Amino acid sequence: MKTVEEIKAAIEAAVPGAEVEIVPNPGPSGQHSLLLGHAHAVAVAEFLRDDAELALDLLSNVTGVDWPDKEITEKVKVTREVEKPVEGGEPGQTEKVTETVEETRKRVEPGYLETVYHLYSVARKHGPVVLRMRTGNRTDDVSMPSFMPVWRSADFQEREVFDLYGVVFTGHPDLRRLLMWEGFKDHPMRKDYVEPDDFEYEPTPHDHVLERAKEHQSREQAAAGGDA
Amino acid sequence: MAVDEQLKIEMGKQGVFVTTLQELYNWGRRSSIWPMNFGLACCAIEMIATTMARYDLARFGAEVFRPSPRQADMMIISGTVTKKMAPQVVRLYNQMGEPKYVIAMGACAISGGPFKQGYNVLKGIDRYIPVDVHIPGCPPRPEALLEAFITLQKKIDAQHLTGEGRPRFLDAEAPGEFPVPEPGEHDLEPPANKNVWTVPTIIR
Repeated sequence: MKTVEEIKAAIEAAVPGAEVEIVPNPGPSGQHSLLLGHAHAVAVAEFLRDDAELALDLLSNVTGVDWPDKEITEKVKVTREVEKPVEGGEPGQTEKVTETVEETRKRVEPGYLETVYHLYSVARKHGPVVLRMRTGNRTDDVSMPSFMPVWRSADFQEREVFDLYGVVFTGHPDLRRLLMWEGFKDHPMRKDYVEPDDFEYEPTPHDHVLERAKEHQSREQAAAGGDA
Repeated sequence: MAVDEQLKIEMGKQGVFVTTLQELYNWGRRSSIWPMNFGLACCAIEMIATTMARYDLARFGAEVFRPSPRQADMMIISGTVTKKMAPQVVRLYNQMGEPKYVIAMGACAISGGPFKQGYNVLKGIDRYIPVDVHIPGCPPRPEALLEAFITLQKKIDAQHLTGEGRPRFLDAEAPGEFPVPEPGEHDLEPPANKNVWTVPTIIR
C-alpha cells in the first residue's frame, strides 16, 4: 500500500485545493494519519473510495475524541536590558546590562473535538488509512462534513459520535441521538461531563467512587444540618 | 386459621383431606406462575436455558411464557436495565394483571452491576418497582434462577389473605400502579420512586 506521504500527494493531485496534513504517530505502530480540512473532505473521501489503486471501500470505524482546553506551562529564555548599579562606582550610578532570564509562561491551547475514520480496502486487501477531522472549538463551532454519502457504514457510527460527543455532521440525512434519549442535553463522553449525582448509596466504594460518595454524603449532611 | 400439621397427616392416613381456603388459594397461585416473555441482556440467555429440557422450569409450573403482559403473572428482569429502557419496563409492569411478581435477575438488574458508575444504566430496577426476589451473579446460573423461583413460591405460600401482611392485590389501599419515570434533560425524572425504594442505611 502507498505510504501516507504518497496518499497525501495523490489526494493533492486529484482534488485541487484539498487541505491535507500528516499527523505523525510516534508509537511503534507508526500509523500516521491524514488531517483533512472541512471544505474538500467529501471530495477527498470519494477519491479515496473510487481511486483504482487505493480502493478504500470499507469504513470500519469512526471514533470521537474530546480534546479539552489545555494549559501549557513552558520556560522561555528572555534577553532583556536591566539597569544595574555600577560596581565600584559612585552610589546611584547605573549602567544598562543585557542579561538572559528564564521566564515561565502559561498559555491556553483551545480544545476541539476530533473524529478519526479507519478505512480499509476489501478489494485490494490493504489498510488501514486513518483520516482525522477537527472542529473549530468545543462549544459553538462543532460541525464537520458527514461521510455518510460516501460510506453507508458511517450512518450509525456518526450518530453515536453526535450523541456522545456533540459533533454535528452536516450532510447526514438522519442525525438523531442513538444511545441516549431524545431530549437528553449532555454529551456523556466529553471530558467535562458531570454524571447525575446518584452516589448516595455505595456499599463498597473505592477510588473515585469513594470520593463521589463522600462528596454526596457531606452535601446531604450539610443539607440536614441546615434544616435543623 | 392453620391446621395442625401432625393432625393433617393423621387424618390423611384415615382418608380425610383437610385444608384451608388460604392454603388452597396459595397453592393455586404458586403452582402456575406464568412468566413474561421478556429478556433484556445476557441473563436472558440463562433464563432461556432454565426453561429448556436440561433445567426444565416446567417442573414448577412456570413453563408458559406469555408474550403479553396482560396474560403474565411474573416478570423476570433478566439483564441490564438502561435508563432509556426503564420507563418501558415500569410501563409493562403496570400493564400486568394482579397478582404479579418480580424477580430481578443478575448483578445489573439488582444494582447496575459492572455498569453502576456509568451514565446510562439504572442502578437497580427496585428503584421503580417492588422486587420480590433478587438474584446476584453475572450471570446467575440456571440453578440460581430455579432457587429464586422456589423462594418466590415459598413467599407466596406464607402469605395470609387477610390482615396486615396480606398481598398488595387484596389490599384496596395499596397502589396497583407505579409512576413511570420520564426521560429528563440529564437523568430520569424522578431518579427513584420514594415509596418503593429508600436509601439503605449503611453501618460502617
